[in-house]
Amino acid sequence: MTASLDNPVIYKADELIASDIDAYLDVHQHKSLLRFITCGSVDDGKSTLIGRLLYDSKMIFEDQLATLESDSKRMGTQGQDIDFALLVDGLAAEREQGITIDVAYRFFATEKRKFIVADCPGHEQYTRNMVTGASTADLAVILIDARKGVLVQTRRHSYLAKLLGIRNIVLAVNKMDLIDYDQAKYDAIVAEYSEFAASIGISNFTPMPISGFKGDNITEISPNTPWYKGLPLMAHLETVALDNDADQAKPLRMAVQWVNRPNLDFRGFSGQIATGTVHPGDAIRVLPSGKTTTIKKIVTVDGDLQEAVAGQSVTLCFDDEIDCSRGDVIAAADNPPEVADQFESTIVWMADDALVPGRSYWLKLGTQMVSATVQAPKYTVNVNSMEHMAAKTLELNAIGVAEISTDKPIVFAPYADNHALGGFILIDKISNATVAAGMLHFSLRRAQNVHWQATDIGRDAHAMLKNQKPRILWFTGLSGSGKSTIANEVEKALHLMNRHTFLLDGDNVRHGLNKDLGFTETDRIENIRRVGEVAKLMADAGLIVLTAFISPFRAERDMVRAMLPEGEFVEIFVDTPLEVAEARDVKGLYKKARAGQLKNFTGIDSPYEPPEHPDIRVNTVEMSPAEAAEYIVRQLMPLK
Amino acid sequence: MTKTLTHLERLEAEAIHIMREVVAEAEKPVMLYSVGKDSAVMLHLARKAFYPSPPPFPLLHVDTTWKFKDMYALREKAARDAGMELIVHQNPEAIARGINPFDHGSLHTDMWKTEGLKQALDTYGFDVAFGGARRDEEKSRAKERIFSFRTATHGWDPKNQRPELWNLYNARKAKSESIRVFPISNWTELDIWQYIHLENIEIVPLYFSAPRPTVTRDGMLLMVDDERFPLQDGEVPVERSIRFRTLGCYPLTGAVESTASTLPEVIQEMLLTTTSERQGRAIDHDQAASMEKKKQEGYF
Repeated sequence: MTASLDNPVIYKADELIASDIDAYLDVHQHKSLLRFITCGSVDDGKSTLIGRLLYDSKMIFEDQLATLESDSKRMGTQGQDIDFALLVDGLAAEREQGITIDVAYRFFATEKRKFIVADCPGHEQYTRNMVTGASTADLAVILIDARKGVLVQTRRHSYLAKLLGIRNIVLAVNKMDLIDYDQAKYDAIVAEYSEFAASIGISNFTPMPISGFKGDNITEISPNTPWYKGLPLMAHLETVALDNDADQAKPLRMAVQWVNRPNLDFRGFSGQIATGTVHPGDAIRVLPSGKTTTIKKIVTVDGDLQEAVAGQSVTLCFDDEIDCSRGDVIAAADNPPEVADQFESTIVWMADDALVPGRSYWLKLGTQMVSATVQAPKYTVNVNSMEHMAAKTLELNAIGVAEISTDKPIVFAPYADNHALGGFILIDKISNATVAAGMLHFSLRRAQNVHWQATDIGRDAHAMLKNQKPRILWFTGLSGSGKSTIANEVEKALHLMNRHTFLLDGDNVRHGLNKDLGFTETDRIENIRRVGEVAKLMADAGLIVLTAFISPFRAERDMVRAMLPEGEFVEIFVDTPLEVAEARDVKGLYKKARAGQLKNFTGIDSPYEPPEHPDIRVNTVEMSPAEAAEYIVRQLMPLK
Repeated sequence: MTKTLTHLERLEAEAIHIMREVVAEAEKPVMLYSVGKDSAVMLHLARKAFYPSPPPFPLLHVDTTWKFKDMYALREKAARDAGMELIVHQNPEAIARGINPFDHGSLHTDMWKTEGLKQALDTYGFDVAFGGARRDEEKSRAKERIFSFRTATHGWDPKNQRPELWNLYNARKAKSESIRVFPISNWTELDIWQYIHLENIEIVPLYFSAPRPTVTRDGMLLMVDDERFPLQDGEVPVERSIRFRTLGCYPLTGAVESTASTLPEVIQEMLLTTTSERQGRAIDHDQAASMEKKKQEGYF
């Protein structure tokens, strides 16, 4: 039946609601949950389809219908018919532009299931939004305009659905009413799609001819397509297998979120079971430590459980008091996941600022939060043609395959086996923005083959013999601020006090160890990483190390700080305003930079991020180098 | 053998997971508590998430002084039963200026709720606040993140929200910034009612129908909850059998005539009615995008 403004269809509520509400509630309390995503562009009728699903499942209230009718008259695109798309286009700006620009979540329910639909925009510039919506979906509805067939966007959406591991794909050939329900045309589209799907590894999909606008094959089989032998869309959504059920058959994995310790007699480990099942008495292993024990009980407010399954949030108690904390993973003792620190991954970049290879980002996977660096991508994937392309970085919406390494080993599983232990996000350490999402494929076994060699004379022994506390005095500031001069004065003073020191100077290091590096952002990061590693080795040897590098980025200075024990990294901000440094121009570099002869010069065409909370700050406008050095040495006392 | 979880079990597990993530990562979380049915569900979920510990954060009620009497009574009892600290904040400026819903219109919401909430969060230094908002309530909420990021001035920038993938939430932020977290984002009104029914959660009696003194104004049925309600010339309160689908400040919340006095009857009535939940609240009626605008200003 066609809904129009003159003839709005108000669906009659379920008779059971009126006759026996208790029986109705009992049925509805046992509904399962399916999350799905709809992919398509504005023109494919995606919003119309979702509006139709809401409407047909009686999720539209009378007041909303009244708004819809008035909106349809005012700005609808369907003439005298109800424009279902207006039901689901959310934010005010989007309503005016007539496009959906973010992920919106919609809800409807039938007798059998509750549904959460992630409504995602289809354009290439919104790839990140679709990836977001796809990450939690059991199923993807890929919409095709029957008049246009398989388009570039169809390929893109299918690739992304496959990338995010969606197992159930529905190919909804929409607007069948506009091609007179022509079976031959429909079959041709399905055949073309089938060939493409196989090429990207989609072996199975469910095609159906529909009209979101007219309602064909949505809730009921349409008389207009007697040749179609499958289920209507709604019935398919109601019966398709759920990922959550499949997850129960896998081995136990649960990331520990929080240790529940109300008193000395109770210690429980809270988390959501990612895969598998758990029972009292089950043998488990805690990773990464590898310690084993058995489950004593599964605690809930309603009493202890005899079983808990994938998807449930529980609190587990162990038979033995073994170490276990947030970030650890509780797993089946005889089938634990891997632990590694280098991986091959696919990364979807989601921020305006491009990936900086070598920079340290936070990586969150399950409940683990570690520092991670991404190498320059091996290649990026053109989401329209699936071609591999060479790239040095990842820009907004780019998808690339790259190696990633973490600063300590993490518990993981390949994303294809386990989304909860294979999917991760990257967070910028300065802005705290979520800049990327990624999927781990496998570990690179380098770390497992290179072990730490234990030595008998440790860093404490080195330091004790030198009668000093090792430290790295990290001088940072603009070119010409006086870092090298002041660092030199400080080293002289420490030397007079019989301290064992070493000064690493930026220019000097670039003559040797780092002579292969230039001044791009990536090279600057690598420069600092190497200096940090060298300085750390020297600190391990017991030395007081002084470094004089512009080191313009906070993230890299923090990276070096994180390498060292608390208190050993001393950030000294040589604070000189740009005008003053430029006026001094000891080496004539500012002049060259201003003339455009020097690229990426800090302060001119490359940023300097001043320390927010330096351990020591010296103002070189008010202090002479000698005064600054004396002030710094005073701050360092005592030296032991 | 596979045990398929019901939609309510999945929603419950998701909400508990979210609450635990916040407690593990936030410095000083708080749960906003408005005494309504969504708050009742939130409190119940919090008790489940941390059992046998009490929820490791306080409840915060941003009070307007114009809530129904029944709501104040339940507020005290619910906090006591949960073993949680209850913080009540009333905007001192609104008290001083005598701001009320009868004389001041939308200024009432702005001063008591929007400003009151900002004040309370700043005063106590809470960095993460749990709220009971749901995506099905209103169109602009459908795109709201579960972790909704706010600037130092509590502003909400729809263009600057973080992508949320899988069940990975990014709770990192700068010192002065804060995050509003909505653990029941994916619940619908029916889910809330069914869960209250299934878990036997105590809610304010006003949700159930009873004879109450009322007047009608501008097509809204208002309850005369106490002597502060200024009757207009010729207006005489009439006793009607009414209940509320949603509870806010009593003069701003419209009642519906009803005979539903048990939870199944309330659910039955809800399923058979054809008006959406927020219609009872005056706040939305200004313009279609009003909620989005209010959110950008800092309203929850």
